[in-house]
Amino acid sequence: MTQSNTSAVDYNFDVVRQFTVMTVIWGIVGTFVGVLIAAQLIWPALNFDTPWLTYSRLRPLHTNAVIFAFGTSALFATSYYVVQRTCQTALFGGKLAAFTFWGWQAVILSAAISLPLGYTTSKEYAELEWPIDLLITVVWVAYAVVFFGTLIKRKTSHIYVANWFFGGFIITVAVLHLGNSMAIPLSAMKSYSLYSGAIDAMMQWWYGHNAVGFLLTAGFLGMMYYFVPKQAERPVYSYRLSIVHFWALVSLYIWAGPHHLHYTALPDWAQSVGMVMSVVLFLPSWGGMINGIMTLSGAWHKLRHDPILRFLIVSLSFYGMSTFEGPMMAIKSVNALSHYTDWTVGHVHSGALGWVAMVSIGAMYHLIPILFNQGRMYSIRLINIHFWMHTAGIVLYIVAMWISGVMQGLMWRAVNSDGTLTYSFVESLTASYPFYFIRFLGGVLVVAGFVLMAYNMFKTIGAKDGSLKPVDAA
Amino acid sequence: MSSFWNIWVWVLTLGTLVGCYILLRWCLKNFAGVKEGESMGHTFDGIEELNNPLPKWWSTFFLLTIIWAFVYIAMYGLGNWTGLLGWKSSNQGVLNIAESKAKTAKYLAKDSGVLVQYDREVAAADAKFGPIFEAYAARSIEDLATDSEALKVGQRLFIQNCAQCHGSDAHGTTGFPNLADKDWLYGGTPEAIKESIMNGRIAAGMMAWEGALGGDQGVKEVAAYVISLSGRSVDPELAKAGQAKFGMCAACHGPEGQGSLALGLPLGAPNLTDNIWLYGGSQRAIEESIRNGRAGVMPPWKDILGEEKVHVISAYVYSLSQD
Repeated sequence: MTQSNTSAVDYNFDVVRQFTVMTVIWGIVGTFVGVLIAAQLIWPALNFDTPWLTYSRLRPLHTNAVIFAFGTSALFATSYYVVQRTCQTALFGGKLAAFTFWGWQAVILSAAISLPLGYTTSKEYAELEWPIDLLITVVWVAYAVVFFGTLIKRKTSHIYVANWFFGGFIITVAVLHLGNSMAIPLSAMKSYSLYSGAIDAMMQWWYGHNAVGFLLTAGFLGMMYYFVPKQAERPVYSYRLSIVHFWALVSLYIWAGPHHLHYTALPDWAQSVGMVMSVVLFLPSWGGMINGIMTLSGAWHKLRHDPILRFLIVSLSFYGMSTFEGPMMAIKSVNALSHYTDWTVGHVHSGALGWVAMVSIGAMYHLIPILFNQGRMYSIRLINIHFWMHTAGIVLYIVAMWISGVMQGLMWRAVNSDGTLTYSFVESLTASYPFYFIRFLGGVLVVAGFVLMAYNMFKTIGAKDGSLKPVDAA
Repeated sequence: MSSFWNIWVWVLTLGTLVGCYILLRWCLKNFAGVKEGESMGHTFDGIEELNNPLPKWWSTFFLLTIIWAFVYIAMYGLGNWTGLLGWKSSNQGVLNIAESKAKTAKYLAKDSGVLVQYDREVAAADAKFGPIFEAYAARSIEDLATDSEALKVGQRLFIQNCAQCHGSDAHGTTGFPNLADKDWLYGGTPEAIKESIMNGRIAAGMMAWEGALGGDQGVKEVAAYVISLSGRSVDPELAKAGQAKFGMCAACHGPEGQGSLALGLPLGAPNLTDNIWLYGGSQRAIEESIRNGRAGVMPPWKDILGEEKVHVISAYVYSLSQD
């Protein structure tokens, strides 16, 4: 294999390298499509009067690209890396790991073609039609076999906490995907959901919120539990905290879906339970943040010099912020203001850009030199610039969406002294334009940061083996 | 919900919350076998874990949210049980308007023990704003049409409820009549306008005439004649042939094409002589109307807005065509 293996174990890093490189590429693609549709909201002519470039088709392409192409590739890369390193054994299943890489890229490619063509189940974050769903299932089962097979043949006595989270994410995403994607095929690219009415809505948001909970939260907590202590070179703060927050998080998250359906045809008790569980979930979510940030205790000075650690720690701050915001928005009376407004969009992006993207970017900057036999990234300065661009981009994005979201919520509910509504919908839209522009600027910064990252990555990969020497800790 | 699913919901919900409580209590104790603050003794790729206690503020806060969860569920119910407050967001599961109204009346009664939030809010709004609309309803539409405050209210209601089809300036669009001109399908009197809004209108229906007119040629002939009625120049030969066939159209549009309103009929057949075209006035659009027919529908608003609000909207619409 390669000389990057520091121990006697012959780790399979090929698949990790592949997923790592694709994470960065899909990061650019996914956020670029996001910026394009953000621009379309200001300048609708940017769909060029073509059906394939309309907002309605590109929006699911954006969400699928960032969640399943960028985010999930990052999870594949890091889970394959972490499970090998913390179990002291190579990946189980031989060529199966390579199959998951090519299979998953095929899924992404199918999405990138079928969504602009207009094929959709119309289920949010589960838009892909049934043949692609079947492919996802096959790849995911292979992923589970590789991951759990590796866990079973581990050389360590215990299973490290990062792997609990990766394992929980892999199992639950399988259950969610199978549950929500149940459909009756009508033709090669058209199917109808097995569920109807309020049940369909509940299934959809049981899936939808747990795609957030297990893929975008539990999976990335697994990433966090390896890369934060590793990059900080500090022990994990509290073993007992990781136990209570892991089990409470996985058992509570699965209930949170109904908060997407407040004040709908969903039975009242189901709405109440969804809200209650979402609020109780707040502290278990913060358990992960505390464990990550407190891991740095005694080593805070490292943040001054290490932009990679800064990415990781700031991601935890955003994680803490959005997991406070989420339970708050799940409270019915808050939801009455926030639902259907840009506030939700801002909330999602503080999670997606702040938590998911930043922890992944930090992990990738940690991984790339190790995977490609270098002591460090090609340019630490560029990592630092990327950090500030990404952070500024997120802040612009979230603040713009907070303001426009709360404004929309207030405008929609404002009534005149005669009880009639004060504003028509289009007036609230007109008032949102300045914030759409600020959001667009934030998005441009994020994409530009990813482009810098790709440049840095290819320079690192292209450098002569071992020519980039590690910087001594200051 | 059957009692099986009811029990299922109760066991899983309470089980999750109680489970969280037990988990928290267990992790508050030092069961790890090493002193607090020390390493657990196993390393993973160089990573150690410390046996630090749970932060006190964190575990207290977590405990409080679990207690709150039980209190909230006791207040707002679970499964088939409606809870101590007897609270419902709305009368879920009703199958028709009559059932809905009956339930609303039943639960609004003070001693019903059930609190339907939607009905309470509607009742409160009616109590607050009702007098304003009652006062308007007592006045005639003509009178309201000269009252600028009443017209403002009418315009707001129009923009919220009517503008989607008729446009925010009430000038309409293809298929949806312009309400700001003097051309009416069902009448522009205050009474006729109110009737149109209250009970809606379903056009008697322009048939598809291609077959009856003997194919495409017949359609072209009648179209030419119809266009000539508003003084536009057409092929005189075609128009003459069309005129011979216009008898079929006269039943609704009148012998001179002056429309059903001029005949005193509530058919909604437009006047064809004023060069105002509901579905487009190009030769192609008119041929299309004759060939395939047209059918317009105005929904009834009586049950949605109530007569008093319709009264104010009627005054606003009426005012648009008064100079």
